[in-house]
Amino acid sequence: MIDSAVTVETRHLTRRFGQVVAVRDLNLTIAKGEVFGLLGPNGSGKTTTIRMLCGLLAPSEGTAVVAGVDVVQSPDLIKERIGYMSQRFGLYEDLTVAENMDFFAGIYGLEGPGRRGRIAEVVSFLGLNRRLNQLAGTLSGGWKQRLGLASALMHRPPVLFLDEPTAGVDPAARRGFWTTITALAEQGTTVIVTTHYMDEAGRCERIGLMSQGHLIALGTADEVAKHVGGKDLEDAFIILQERDEAEQDAKS
Amino acid sequence: MKRFGPMFRKEFIQMRRDRLTLGIMTAIPVIQLLLFGFAIQTDVRHIPTVVLDESRTPTSRELVAAFENTGNFRIVANVDGRDALDEWIARGDAQAGIAIPHDFPRDLARGTTATVQIVVDASDPLSSQAALSAAAGVAQMRDLAILSAAAHSTELPLEARVRPRYNPGLRSANYIVPGLVGVILTITMVLVTAMAIVRERERGTLEQLIVTPITKTELMLGKIAPYVGVGLVQMTTVLILGRFVFDVPLTGNVLLLYSIALVFVVASLALGLFVSTLVRTQQQAMQVSFFFVLPNILLSGFMFPRQAMPAVFQWIGALLPLTHFLKVLRGILLKGVGVPELWREMVILLFFATVLIALSVRRFQKTLD
Repeated sequence: MIDSAVTVETRHLTRRFGQVVAVRDLNLTIAKGEVFGLLGPNGSGKTTTIRMLCGLLAPSEGTAVVAGVDVVQSPDLIKERIGYMSQRFGLYEDLTVAENMDFFAGIYGLEGPGRRGRIAEVVSFLGLNRRLNQLAGTLSGGWKQRLGLASALMHRPPVLFLDEPTAGVDPAARRGFWTTITALAEQGTTVIVTTHYMDEAGRCERIGLMSQGHLIALGTADEVAKHVGGKDLEDAFIILQERDEAEQDAKS
Repeated sequence: MKRFGPMFRKEFIQMRRDRLTLGIMTAIPVIQLLLFGFAIQTDVRHIPTVVLDESRTPTSRELVAAFENTGNFRIVANVDGRDALDEWIARGDAQAGIAIPHDFPRDLARGTTATVQIVVDASDPLSSQAALSAAAGVAQMRDLAILSAAAHSTELPLEARVRPRYNPGLRSANYIVPGLVGVILTITMVLVTAMAIVRERERGTLEQLIVTPITKTELMLGKIAPYVGVGLVQMTTVLILGRFVFDVPLTGNVLLLYSIALVFVVASLALGLFVSTLVRTQQQAMQVSFFFVLPNILLSGFMFPRQAMPAVFQWIGALLPLTHFLKVLRGILLKGVGVPELWREMVILLFFATVLIALSVRRFQKTLD
């Protein structure tokens, strides 16, 4: 039986690329409406995890159920229930803001007045009104993130995956972006976000700390920091990174 | 297929906004047509020729004039010795030499076989062939005139009456221009779509696209659809210019031609799409497309007759959609034939289009592995 309060559940989720194990035996349970942060140094397996949960990569082993859909069995169905923003700006720079949104609304199957209504709603939610006729390629980093989020929200997905959404975005825009994320979670959207910024990690209800493909700590920011032996999250993060590097050196 | 519409619209806007590519796609037919139409003439004329006339008689001058009158030879110099003649040809200043010996008029008057030597630079087979057959023609005409004068008869014992049908003037433009429609479509259609998917991959937009519920078929068809219009515009350009600049006839049913062209364009686009699923970068896509263009020009029968090729190359040629489309183009434009004569080509092209789309859809994966 699937608990309706649980939106994401993974069991022994593993992904190998040749000899390299990118994600190893990951067990996670994320509740509906939760803002969950995935933290870890580069190459720790955050992006691979998110890609598996979105159906972009097939797991080598294990299972994952997202919004009631088995990712391995129905990688197509899952795509109707999630929104996804990659690290890299994934929209069309040679289309305007309005054209990008119209395209994604259409691709998510919205038609006629329903499409127009939903676009208007998202536009006002993210404050894109004055940018509609601007080419996406000419937007600043912060506005690109907003447009990316707008396109990923068109179909009102119950689960939202954000892979380093604020990389290269100025602090003011980052704060605005997080206000939006919190508002979405309050409306019941589950948000899974990867980040490098410690202040952002602090805004998550729970975080999972990853290292070399393992989930090594899970809980609130303080709990995680304590678990690794740092006085705060940033401290914990650095301890972890140094330990990884030492291990890498020992191997080679 | 409800997501085909948005995909098509998006591709159309992007195509319209990419002014450079759009400009190249409209300029290519015009430039190619003018290049091929004016520069490439397979009927070789005015071959630069040197004359060594050792006899210097009215008879020999008459013979030289007969050569010049065919239009195939253009006398560029008269030389004094055999060495000089060879030198002209060796330098490349002349491609043919006519050597008339001392005893030519004497032999002719006596009724023994008089010989004239024609030296041809055969390092260029196409023009030497033209020179050789023209020379043989001149000699034959003179022979006939002399023989019939001797026999006091103007009746020939046998005459082959040749009727060059469909292209009575034997104009190479009539052969080249229809073929050019097919070649231009192949080059541009394969190239633009070969870029289609890798471009999205390189720009990072493919990841965002495949995380949506769009199906592979919707994606593929939406990608190629706007270019079908481009292809038909290109074809129209070449046909109109061909008609008014090169006087190429448009004998058959135009509607039939466009219907078959539509299938051919889709097949070419699908081929490009297939290339797009094989390569990782736009540069590779470009290289593979160019690699593909050459056999199309050489083996399809666009310039060189397929009947003259070894069987293996005829088979390879038969695997190219262009080969079959060329038959359709020449059949409809020059011969005015229709479905009864062309149904085989139509079935083959339809087969190519279907199989290539199916293959591309199969190859394309909606994952990042």
